[in-house]
Amino acid sequence: MHVPDGFLNAPTSLATGAIAAGVVGISLQRASREVRESGPALAGLTAAFVFAVQMVNFPVGAGTSGHLLGGALAAALVGPWTGLLVMSVVLLVQGLLFADGGLTALGTNITLMGAVTVLVGFLVTRGLLRAMPKRLGSVVPAAAVGALVSVPIAALAFTGLYAAGGAVDLSIGRLAAAMVGWHVLIGIGEAVITAAVLSAVVATRPDLVYVARHLQADLVLVDDQGRTTTVSPDRPVAAKPAGRSLGAGVAITLLIAGVVSLFASANPDGLEFVGAKLGFGEAAKESAVAGSPLADYGVSGIGNGHVSGALAGIIGVLVTIGVGLLVAKLASLRRRAESASEPEPASRA
Amino acid sequence: MTGGAGDGLYVAVDSPVHRLPAQVKLVALVGFVICVVSTPAHAFWAFGVYAGIVVALVMTAKLPAATVLRRMTVETPFVVFALLLPFVAAGPQVDVLGVSLSESGVLGAWNVLVKGTLGVVAAIVLSASTSPRDLLTGLERLRLPRTLVAILSFMIRYVSVVSGDLQRMRVARESRGYDGGSLGHLRAVAAGAGALFVRSYERGERVHLAMLARGYTGMMPSMARRQATAAEWRRGAGLVVVALLVAVAARVVGG
Amino acid sequence: MSKPAIEIERLAFAYPDGRQALFGVSFRIERGERVALLGPNGAGKTTLVLHLNGILGSVAGGAGTGRVRISGSDLHREHLAEVRRKVGLVFQDPDDQLFMPTVRDDVAFGPANLGLSGAELDERVHEALVAVGMQDHADIEPHHLSFGQRRRVAVATVLAMRPDVLVLDEPSSNLDPASRRELADILTGLDVTLLMITHDLPYALQLCERSLLMDGGRIVADGNTRDLLADADLMSAHRLELPYAFNPLSVPGPEHA
Repeated sequence: MHVPDGFLNAPTSLATGAIAAGVVGISLQRASREVRESGPALAGLTAAFVFAVQMVNFPVGAGTSGHLLGGALAAALVGPWTGLLVMSVVLLVQGLLFADGGLTALGTNITLMGAVTVLVGFLVTRGLLRAMPKRLGSVVPAAAVGALVSVPIAALAFTGLYAAGGAVDLSIGRLAAAMVGWHVLIGIGEAVITAAVLSAVVATRPDLVYVARHLQADLVLVDDQGRTTTVSPDRPVAAKPAGRSLGAGVAITLLIAGVVSLFASANPDGLEFVGAKLGFGEAAKESAVAGSPLADYGVSGIGNGHVSGALAGIIGVLVTIGVGLLVAKLASLRRRAESASEPEPASRA
Repeated sequence: MTGGAGDGLYVAVDSPVHRLPAQVKLVALVGFVICVVSTPAHAFWAFGVYAGIVVALVMTAKLPAATVLRRMTVETPFVVFALLLPFVAAGPQVDVLGVSLSESGVLGAWNVLVKGTLGVVAAIVLSASTSPRDLLTGLERLRLPRTLVAILSFMIRYVSVVSGDLQRMRVARESRGYDGGSLGHLRAVAAGAGALFVRSYERGERVHLAMLARGYTGMMPSMARRQATAAEWRRGAGLVVVALLVAVAARVVGG
Repeated sequence: MSKPAIEIERLAFAYPDGRQALFGVSFRIERGERVALLGPNGAGKTTLVLHLNGILGSVAGGAGTGRVRISGSDLHREHLAEVRRKVGLVFQDPDDQLFMPTVRDDVAFGPANLGLSGAELDERVHEALVAVGMQDHADIEPHHLSFGQRRRVAVATVLAMRPDVLVLDEPSSNLDPASRRELADILTGLDVTLLMITHDLPYALQLCERSLLMDGGRIVADGNTRDLLADADLMSAHRLELPYAFNPLSVPGPEHA
């Protein structure tokens, strides 16, 4: 749903306007390589395609039909930055020409339906493709999951924005539950449609699909008796520098930890609540690290509860990432040592 | 013959609003809506003034009321959301016609409805009085990056072509007896969409070739023809100033 | 003696997927000549023509050998802008060429890229539109024009760059008979060297005194259009057919225009 004027207050609208402008600016730079090679014509035509396809009634089963939002699909087809530009352009046209989405809500709509769906969809798709076998057949499932996840996360982001500047007082917990619940359903529809459309493209022109650029199709070999064997190429894709997507992932995690956590409820969590009710809460002993500077999700020494919580979240994320990288590095060193001592696999007949 | 993305949206009459350059209209209308959004919901009189201004705009732009009302149906999703609010919001309840509604929910519904509607009509005034080309020119004048304006321009230009392709595919599909509805038909519809992407992509490549053949080296030529005069800017600013006064008064004076 | 407008020497080209499209094509076209490029589908006509303004070929970073000279100068990467000015390419689908919001913007695109602006640019646009008879449609959006009108505007977009050579890919395809004749009148009146890819053999005879016949990436015949069309064996050997009841020997050709 396109957010209209007045849903969020003016400061929040202006803030999302700034975020959208920043993200679009970055995309123009990053996509400039892609866009310059094939010109703005390609992005414009893809935007026209997304706009047209959003009107299509896709049958999603049980007699119902759904519509495509397109963020994850765009990311899979033309890449994250061009995809972001494409979705932003669609939203701009809808807002400026069709009055669909408020003029002051353009920043909000671009942030949610442009940036969040495209980037989350892309990160999930790409992450899954890294873990799955490097074959063309992996593209559609990976993108489907990317599409599935992108929609509720955008709904969550909307809830965060609403908590910051919503015009009406609503219980944020209830809003989040309702939004995310409803948008998981929508996400399923999005996943189904994305999978269907993407598999049609992959079947005919996989060379046009951004996320499939370096993947090889399975080869079907026929011998002299007419029997077929399917061989999947197991050559590993050349490792691409993880820097950029890793950076984006870290940025988003930090955003969630630092900002969205501000809206976390101060109420006791499920366990504590039940514990208080049933009386075993007192049995909880002080943890051995209760005295640490980051205990209880706060940074000792910082008075403002919000800042303290946010800072603790950010520090926690950075430490987790640091530890995770260390473990991964150690594991890869170990794997490399092991494989060096293995014999070469016998070549296929 | 297919129409463009702006077809049916642009009402081709001559009016003072039509004659204003797009960049002035964009700034004025966005400024107006910001003032509307910043006005507290309980200052009902302020919204009466805003509504009056908006009606005056529609009349000055000589837009047919039926057209404006028809285009306002784009509001429907958030109208539905607004009408739900009195039932789901928390806080002190109030009795309306025997139904217990949340007081803040009712106010919230009013807030969403009135601001959203005023915003929609402002946007309708903008798109009905500005041709798509002029709108692009205005955006370029407002320093939107040229590449972005170019992408917008191509999108607007080719939406009708791509939709036409989609329409032809749909006609071909239905001529073969497909009637839509069951999941098994998803593949047919999705195949059409997939083919549409390939066609659009290939057309994008051909357009790029055509651009190269006419000397394109990466920089789009400027489309903007003339700058807005000071008088025109003053007219646009006038709208924002009035709205600003109302908004400030609403905050100071209250409901 | 002035330099030939187009000089191709043993041009060979293969696409990135390995498919070879041109196998050593050579020919000369003198200034002011009007030449039709005939041949069955897949003969390599469009591929050849894309070499003339540097979109394909070694100058574009592709894989090929041979020489392309336009008005006596070799194609060089630094001079691409100049080459693209000299050789005006009109593609088959006018919607691919009319990509700007209005007719005026489209016709102005080329000369603007050449550095023209202001009154000079407006003049050039007007001149090109008058040449194709579309000067009253300058501020119309392209999707409001009929197909034939879009074809004519596409020609204008190229004429605005004042090319030495005008290359057209299937100019008469999908045109209704009146538009077809209007286009023929326009092309006859232009003062350019003309190279026209076409399946429309009567059109070729009407407008071009000379024809090149291509098949399988090679030039298989080069001569007077009437002689080529009247050679029944040549026609059938390369999947060309004359329209019903059309006798090339019985109609006046461009020599009588």
